[in-house]
Amino acid sequence: MIQAGVIGVGQTKYDAKRRDVSMGGLVREAIDNAMLAANVEWDAIDAVILGKAPDMFEGVVMPELYLADAIGAVGKPVLRVHTAGSVGGSTGVIAATHVCSGQFKTVLTVTFEKQSESNATWALSPRYPYSPHINAGAGGYFAPFIREYIRRYDAPEHIGWKVAVKDRLNALKNPLAHLHIPGIDEKMVSDTPMLWEPLRYLESCPSSDGACAMVITSKDLVGSRDVAWIKGMAVRSEGTLSAGRDEVNPQAGIDCAKDIYDQAGITNPYKEIDCAEIYVPFSWYEPMWLENLGFCDLGEGWKLTDQDATAIDGEIPFNMSGGVMSSNPIGASGMIRFGEAALQVMGKANDHQVEDAKVAMGHAYGGAAQFFAMWIVSSSLD
Amino acid sequence: MSEEEKKDYAESPINLEYHYTAGSATTRFLNQVKEGKIVGQSCPKCSAVYVPPRGSCPRCGVATNIEVPLTDKGCIESFTIVHIPIPGNPIVPPYVCAMIRLDGANISFLHLIQGIDVEEIRIGMRIQAVWKPKDEWTHSLENIKWFTPIDEPDVDVATLRFQES
Repeated sequence: MIQAGVIGVGQTKYDAKRRDVSMGGLVREAIDNAMLAANVEWDAIDAVILGKAPDMFEGVVMPELYLADAIGAVGKPVLRVHTAGSVGGSTGVIAATHVCSGQFKTVLTVTFEKQSESNATWALSPRYPYSPHINAGAGGYFAPFIREYIRRYDAPEHIGWKVAVKDRLNALKNPLAHLHIPGIDEKMVSDTPMLWEPLRYLESCPSSDGACAMVITSKDLVGSRDVAWIKGMAVRSEGTLSAGRDEVNPQAGIDCAKDIYDQAGITNPYKEIDCAEIYVPFSWYEPMWLENLGFCDLGEGWKLTDQDATAIDGEIPFNMSGGVMSSNPIGASGMIRFGEAALQVMGKANDHQVEDAKVAMGHAYGGAAQFFAMWIVSSSLD
Repeated sequence: MSEEEKKDYAESPINLEYHYTAGSATTRFLNQVKEGKIVGQSCPKCSAVYVPPRGSCPRCGVATNIEVPLTDKGCIESFTIVHIPIPGNPIVPPYVCAMIRLDGANISFLHLIQGIDVEEIRIGMRIQAVWKPKDEWTHSLENIKWFTPIDEPDVDVATLRFQES
């Protein structure tokens, strides 16, 4: 297999409403930033791979065609990926796979969501035929799983508040983050209204406009550029309505993590991974994913969070950029995790850089917590 | 035009109308629901019972061709209390949305819980369907108004996980 690396990551400023740009302008902002960082011109791009979440989020069907000019895809192969909230991650994996397979030398990949164009909670809460109309957005869907996690492991309620505070304090070090809440503390979080019990307002992600792009190229074209080498990558899914499924600790997540650790030669992720950008749209998913991804035993995740292990200067920093809790253009949110992991090992994460980060993990999940995409990136090829 | 009146966007509501074909498994299920009966479907290979059935077992990839009559009793596998209004949704918050696990079924479905103070609701609580009047029954799980607690001991939800025998 051909070895591939990320040579450029480009992001937009994330905000509730980016009315200064069209959808095309939004994706192009991320692409321009990625190509500038990668120091490549359009003639170097062999194919463009675009990902985003449901088309109902903007009301534009097949936007990869509508956006062909803006994403530089005219006359080039173009592919669209859609795996719900995990799409930003799976788009990164699919883009990299097209380089590793030798199909293309250099691939431009971009993901976006312009949620202000519609209403994501509405789009996620349709009336299904022959069923009572009670579904209540992503928070309404995930809250029962979170409640079961809390019950199963007797976790104290301040854990959720703590993650909400930690991620937003990290976001203050990231000028691109949507939410900047100076002075946030656990009391502020616990004073906000309950949305989907046990989730409060500030324990939930925002709804954002934004895009993220990456340039991925084969080893022989990297040259003297800064690069994040892709050491392991995988996607997994499982049946949403499958008997025996454990929504709190999905098997597909366990399997996907094991696959990328095996590829990267990692036997102890807690010790060997320097930092991770993990898809945490609701505060409690931090301890849940700590366990699912094998950073600790079952029931120990909330204790790691409580001991500040996931702080930016902790043993296993999670979401140094502020994470999904601080910026959530859904289709891009997974790629932001992958791209931020790459920036860490390239030493280009500026004020939210983890000192001496050499191995980083990017993670995304989506749908009914049945889609997973992950990768491990490293500063060295060895 | 003054600065305040300038608008760089316009709101334009869009509509999508779907024609949904139930398929044979769902049709069999809904024909029973119309008669006030809940009939799950079981996998001939692993014996898992699905309700509502989608026609195949995601574990084994085979058609769930065995009909399994169930009662309208079960337990709350988990739940949330929704406090915010959802755009387009007629239900007034707060309301309790629960994962309902019927006795004998191996997956759960979402429905409402009523008839109890929300603070009293627990994971594992026993519940039973409250049906609409018979003359309002149609091909929909909306024939059940909600589920309500019954006076039976709680279930340990850890025992609900499907294990292939």
